[in-house]
Amino acid sequence: MSPKELVGRVGLYVLISLITVFMALPVLWLLFAPFDASPTLSTSLPDWTGRNFGELLRNPDALPSIGISLVHALGTMALVTSFGALAAYALSRVKIPGRDGLLYALLLLSSIITGTAAMVPIFTLMTQIGLVDTQLGVVLVLTGGMLPTAIFILKDFMDGIPRSYEESARVFGASPLQILRDVVLPVVRPGLATIAVWTVVQVWGNFLTPFILLRQAERPAAVVVYTFYTEGGQADLGLISAFSLLYSIPVVAMYVFVNRRYGFRFHGGIKR
Amino acid sequence: MADIVLEQLVKEYPGGVRAVDGLDVTIEDGEFFALLGPSGCGKTTLLRSIAGLETVSGGSIRIGGRDVTRLAPGARDIAMVFQDYALFPHMTVRDNIAYPLKIKKVGKQERAEKAEETAEGLSLGGLLERRPGQLSGGQQQRAALARAVACHPQVFLFDEPLSNLDARLRLEARTFLKRLQRDLGVTTVFVTHDQAEALAMSDRMAVMEAGRIRQIGTPREVFQRPASTFVAGFIGSTPMNLLDATIDRDTVRVAGTSVPLPESARAHVRDGEEVVYAARPEYMTFSTEAADAGIEGTVAIIENMGVGSLVSLEVGATIVQVTVPEGQEPPIGSRGWAVAAPQRVLVYRRDDGELVGSERAPALAEA
Repeated sequence: MSPKELVGRVGLYVLISLITVFMALPVLWLLFAPFDASPTLSTSLPDWTGRNFGELLRNPDALPSIGISLVHALGTMALVTSFGALAAYALSRVKIPGRDGLLYALLLLSSIITGTAAMVPIFTLMTQIGLVDTQLGVVLVLTGGMLPTAIFILKDFMDGIPRSYEESARVFGASPLQILRDVVLPVVRPGLATIAVWTVVQVWGNFLTPFILLRQAERPAAVVVYTFYTEGGQADLGLISAFSLLYSIPVVAMYVFVNRRYGFRFHGGIKR
Repeated sequence: MADIVLEQLVKEYPGGVRAVDGLDVTIEDGEFFALLGPSGCGKTTLLRSIAGLETVSGGSIRIGGRDVTRLAPGARDIAMVFQDYALFPHMTVRDNIAYPLKIKKVGKQERAEKAEETAEGLSLGGLLERRPGQLSGGQQQRAALARAVACHPQVFLFDEPLSNLDARLRLEARTFLKRLQRDLGVTTVFVTHDQAEALAMSDRMAVMEAGRIRQIGTPREVFQRPASTFVAGFIGSTPMNLLDATIDRDTVRVAGTSVPLPESARAHVRDGEEVVYAARPEYMTFSTEAADAGIEGTVAIIENMGVGSLVSLEVGATIVQVTVPEGQEPPIGSRGWAVAAPQRVLVYRRDDGELVGSERAPALAEA
């Protein structure tokens, strides 16, 4: 290796290290700050203490809000995967004129007119049907927002299942529900896992919908974290950091679990 | 065990395409019946109609005397093996074989025993815990067969059962499938586009074209006396010589040569009628010397076929093909004469391509 190459190589590694450190800093802050007696916005090795977590436990909103987030996330996940699977199966197998156009329109509208733009009409709607300030209302609005994308992705997985699987089961006398349960759903399991994880992550981090729809009712973690201020009006970094760590654990744990169990695949649910 | 009776069966798709166009077929109890035809001829549609996967537009289907025309596939007491085998990838071989029994609400214990027994019979014994993805093509095919066999249907339907196997395995599977069918004695209908497969395996076969059956018969009948030029061109591993010819009193003028008019056709043609003279390359002999009633031409191409060779003679603008035994290939460019065995020659009408003189020749009826 010539000296010139050596310098180049060293320079490259230095650059990569700098970028890595830059990326790693917030994560390190998340790991260190909760254990710091007087956390600041800069990352530094903490003088270890568990005081922040003690305070977190005493806060009346903190732990219940994680529970509410779980209710929202799991509820939405259950609705999106089950409705999404049924709709995607039907759309994949039944020929309707303009089916693909309909799907694209749904997908496009749902991604263009996202939460923010539709929030006022949705709020009015929820008020009129009496679902404002209820957890069910939040779950339904979130489900509606995510279904088009879920259907679109799941339909792709369903399209990947050879028809002969279902026809074979039909010849043996299986009912449509049996075919869905015994053949179709097991085969698209990676797709369902993908949608489930995606839904949970989306809902877990969603601030706007619960913030607007929930007035007196208990609020999820993403909303509650914005209420952690000291009496002086300063952001309570000890509480926020400890809460953030707690808040991020379920999502990371789920990702690890699902990835190990099913693996993530985004195209064609089936390997033959 | 059951026979299958199709009466005036029609399957018309929206847009007016008739995939199956008024078929009357009776498939006998225990018969191994082949549906042969080029792609798009309606053979698969016919099979799927028998299975109930297609709703027929008209006519009736009876299996074992029971009208199943409007019954759901599951109520017809049939089993189907698909071209891609349709083994469920998430189930083990055992679960795959047992699945139809599970649908039929057979108890868990009995199901497992049945699956094991069937798998053993198809030499899948050691593979029961594997997934289909871990099996070879031949094993997958046997697993799919085992799944069909385990539910003891009245009728087997096979859709191109061998087309996913490689050439070597296909020949073995042919013998295997034929033996399996014979041992079980279950009425079997199978679809194929490979004429050799149909000839080799079936008891009787139907040759289809454009939604209609062009000929039904034993493989021997179909091979020796194709009912039309279409069937003649489709059957046989070497293409049949189909030469434009003219009747000239008691002879036929073919490519400038007078050859005898076959006995069977004599009463059915007019003098001067335009016909098609048909002879299989295997039923012709090649001679390097001028032969009586031999069609003379120049050796243009020689194709090696293993035990012999296929010689293409150029006679003006027409090509006459004839097989020669191993080691007797003539040099390219030499002159040669092709002589047809008179009792094997057929004459077809030029206008509709139908065989002239439909009674069987006595010599062939015995064969």
